[in-house]
Amino acid sequence: MKAAALLAVLLALGTTACTERDQSLYQGKVQNGEPAYKGTGVSAFTAPGWTPGDRNSWEQELKTRAQRQNEYNRVN
Amino acid sequence: MARMKFICDAERCIECNACVTACKNEHEVPWGVNRRRVVTLNDGVPGEKSISVACMHCSDAPCMAVCPVNCFYHTDEGVVLHNKDTCIGCGYCSYACPFGAPQFPSQGTFGVRGKMDKCTFCAGGPEAHGSQEEFEKYGRNRLAEGKLPACAEMCSTKALLGGDGDVIADIFRTRVVARGKGAEVWGWGTAYASRQAGQPPQNPQPGGTAAPGGK
Repeated sequence: MKAAALLAVLLALGTTACTERDQSLYQGKVQNGEPAYKGTGVSAFTAPGWTPGDRNSWEQELKTRAQRQNEYNRVN
Repeated sequence: MARMKFICDAERCIECNACVTACKNEHEVPWGVNRRRVVTLNDGVPGEKSISVACMHCSDAPCMAVCPVNCFYHTDEGVVLHNKDTCIGCGYCSYACPFGAPQFPSQGTFGVRGKMDKCTFCAGGPEAHGSQEEFEKYGRNRLAEGKLPACAEMCSTKALLGGDGDVIADIFRTRVVARGKGAEVWGWGTAYASRQAGQPPQNPQPGGTAAPGGK
């Protein structure tokens, strides 16, 4: 019984070397943990109209600015 | 979450190169490096078209696939950035990129190829947002300032659109419907695997019909 258990442990340890390491293609990860909506901390350059740290207001500000590229929104 | 993209409207671009100038000024890009440039197709021939070209921040970026040191990464907004501390300047990304976006400064005495430099969608890099290190390596981080890329925001004819892909696609669609022509979005098929008017079908099915594609 003891020998069988020992053999099982040895087999388990011995076969771990046969496993393959992950070879999946590298997928780029976000290297900077700080997302853009956190802001730069420099209020002088930060666009007015949104609150740094507030993701929704940041997204809304970018949408508003993107619409400024749409001249069909202009009155004249 | 927004997915940042560029659109260049070839019907509107007047080859003024203001986007190139704005980019160089905003990021203090050195001589010999052009993150953005204007290409004219059939130059001098009636009907010539100009397009403003830079990194398109591909969904499945070839530069990212071939980089031997894995210096590229996608931000949450889909912007392709790279780490200059990791880059070895091998130039593989330059060969892989269909847009010729990667640039290499060669200011050394022997013209040594330096670290790769490219358009960051004005989103800086892996350094702390707004820091001096980030500015020196990657330029301004306008996205974290709540702004869009300088090249697109100051384009006088609004040929170059930058921002959330859905928003700028809507703007472009309105424009195309109003003028009734020029629906081709240059580079979108390559960068975002989207099927546009004027492009051949990507996966022809037996029987002659094209496979359904994305927007």
